[in-house]
Amino acid sequence: MAAVLETLETVKSVDVDAYKYGFVTDIESDKAPKGLNEDIVRFISAKKNEPAWLTEWRLDAYRRWLTMTEPKWARVDYPKIDYQDLYYYSAPKTHAGPKSLDEVDPELLKTYEKLGIPLREREILAGVQGAKVAVDAVFDSVSVATTFREELSKAGVVFCPISEAVHSHPELVQKYLGSVVPVTDNYFATLNSAVFSDGSFVYIPPGVRCPMELSTYFRINEQNTGQFERTLIIADKGSYVSYLEGCTAPKRDENQLHAAVVELIALEDAEIKYSTVQNWYPGDSQGRGGIYNFVTKRGDCRGDRSKISWTQVETGSAITWKYPSCILRGDHSRGEFYSIAISNGRQQVDSGTKMLHLGRNTTSRIISKGISAGRSSNTYRGQVFAHRKADGARNFTNCDSLLIGNACGAHTVPYIESRNSGAVFEHEATTSKISEDQLFYCMQRGLSAEEATALIVNGFVRDVLQQLPMEFAVEAQKLIAVSLEGSVG
Amino acid sequence: MLEIRNLHAEIDGKKILNGLTLTVKDGEVAAIMGPNGSGKSTLSYVVAGRSDYTVTAGEVFLNGENILELPPHERAARGLFLAFQYPVEIPGVTTHVFLRTALNAQRKARGEAELKTAEFMKLMRAAADKLSVTQEMLRRPLNVGFSGGEKKRLEILQMTLLAPKFGILDETDSGLDIDALRVVSDGVNDLRAPDRGFLVITHYQRLLDHIKPDTVHIMAQGRIIKTGGPELALELEKNGYRDFVADAA
Ligand SMILES: Nc1ncnc2c1ncn2[C@@H]1O[C@H](COP(=O)(O)OP(=O)(O)O)[C@@H](O)[C@H]1O
Ligand SMILES: [Mg+2]
Repeated sequence: MAAVLETLETVKSVDVDAYKYGFVTDIESDKAPKGLNEDIVRFISAKKNEPAWLTEWRLDAYRRWLTMTEPKWARVDYPKIDYQDLYYYSAPKTHAGPKSLDEVDPELLKTYEKLGIPLREREILAGVQGAKVAVDAVFDSVSVATTFREELSKAGVVFCPISEAVHSHPELVQKYLGSVVPVTDNYFATLNSAVFSDGSFVYIPPGVRCPMELSTYFRINEQNTGQFERTLIIADKGSYVSYLEGCTAPKRDENQLHAAVVELIALEDAEIKYSTVQNWYPGDSQGRGGIYNFVTKRGDCRGDRSKISWTQVETGSAITWKYPSCILRGDHSRGEFYSIAISNGRQQVDSGTKMLHLGRNTTSRIISKGISAGRSSNTYRGQVFAHRKADGARNFTNCDSLLIGNACGAHTVPYIESRNSGAVFEHEATTSKISEDQLFYCMQRGLSAEEATALIVNGFVRDVLQQLPMEFAVEAQKLIAVSLEGSVG
Repeated sequence: MLEIRNLHAEIDGKKILNGLTLTVKDGEVAAIMGPNGSGKSTLSYVVAGRSDYTVTAGEVFLNGENILELPPHERAARGLFLAFQYPVEIPGVTTHVFLRTALNAQRKARGEAELKTAEFMKLMRAAADKLSVTQEMLRRPLNVGFSGGEKKRLEILQMTLLAPKFGILDETDSGLDIDALRVVSDGVNDLRAPDRGFLVITHYQRLLDHIKPDTVHIMAQGRIIKTGGPELALELEKNGYRDFVADAA
């Protein structure tokens, strides 16, 4: 409840166009020259001291990427991206693999403060003992601070930058990298495979329940730097992990491309819960300067009775192209997708999920809440598929859209395909508007139009917010209010 | 004190209030009775500031201040409360969260400190008990799936917590059985105070048996056509509106 009140305060305190996180930290970058070719791919690989197999893997991806074309099917519209006009590598100069937080640039710590990273996590970054959220902070392309490794390693959990895992756990990386999102999966994923900068690596050994929520904050900081994060999470038999991802970005005039890949693997009886709060710069009121977010996120329920759950709160970016999906390969495996996607101003969102039922008695659940305001466009695109052998497959889908004002658009595009006559797929969809009656009722009780809108929207997304870990939910509520700023007259 | 002077208002080009004048003093309970469609709910909406109505002439003063230019939430913060004829559902927003959000928004607007959770809970429990509003109801989304009677009790609960300077009750008795009518009336009577006025809109004398008005006004075609004491309501009950409306025409 406090969060609602805080939400309301936040709405008031933010000016139109004054993106709260629009600032730039000046840490000098060590850049590769602009553009992309085989030498750049080799440069990236060499900078990270990668083994030959990985260099080859990248080069193979690069060569395949050259033969591909950008996908055009999404309901998004943006100027042509000049891939030769981007930087593909940058790292803070101070980076020399700090052994403790004292070695971390104070500028960076200040940045976290401005980002409003929860106090507990800032304490961890400041070296205070006792808190329980581990932060693997990704600053620009290279991870510069990793905490609580020891406690995690006592449990046998590996949580480190993927660039490090390549050296410390080569067999795991080599076995699983690209095993969920193949190198040639799609244009952006292939590009990522060629030039991925860094990201998180998580391995939970058999039977282990990860002792804390794992959390990563992403941040795009270099002008013209494409961001190509790569995350790989493996939950071995009977293990459990909850992973939180959140990010904000500084204000920029030029559009920034982000093409991340996240791969999740759940073996027998394992469970992965992956939560995202995404708040990248959406562009100004004319739609200039926002982030292009083309992400490939996919989980593979490889083992029987495994479970993968995606929860996302999408409020930022100029363009979002994102479909966290589940491959339900193991018998009795389960996939879940809970999503809140908010678009305002001139934002374009095309997001949804895929649930691919391959195993027997597999179940999936999709709850999507889309909120469109301003002149934005918000599309839910979802695919539910049952393989011929997927006896007993069941899906439940619920897509609700809420419109604020008359200039925005909401679209629902469900693709349903069942090759097994026993599969049961249910689909519900609603589109509604915040009514004058609701607004007036709330305002009569003392809420301003903006406060009333935030409250009503928070009610609309409640089912999904409840899926988020507590602290994340509070943060998400704030973001919702901030992103609806200026949506009511 | 609420003073309405020569109020004219329309919606979608249709004139509904036609020069309505009415004063309700501090401590006074005024009843408005009138046939369906005479503009009673419209009057309550216009006074509370609903934006789809256009005021074409007239003034509305709350404790001496002209409030017609203020948005609804600022009128609320100045102490105006409307118990709706049809309370609105807000899906997903828990009733107690809504109550607390509203109360603190008003307190903030008046420059008062926000209530801490514990203080608020105490206040809410006490008020809820009196109105037979259960804790279970308070945990449900506001007005969603509530019966007509429950919604009306909740309106009075909100009025109790917000402790307004002036309360307008729009057909709060409709949809109430005898027991609920008593609970709701007791709730309103508890709030009667020398510095607080009420405008009670109703069709029926039976509400006025419980909430005894000081003055009774008959409304027709967007105007007050007759004003009197409690006896006027009894007369109406006996003879219906026809004579009054015919006289006025
Ligand atoms: N949006 C609207 N457009 C046109 N006429 C309306 C609108 N809303 C209400 N009215 C009309 O205004 C008149 C007064 O309505 P109302 O104030 O609800 O009356 P009461 O509460 O006294 O029954 C009715 O004739 C009703 O049909
Ligand atoms: Mg009415």
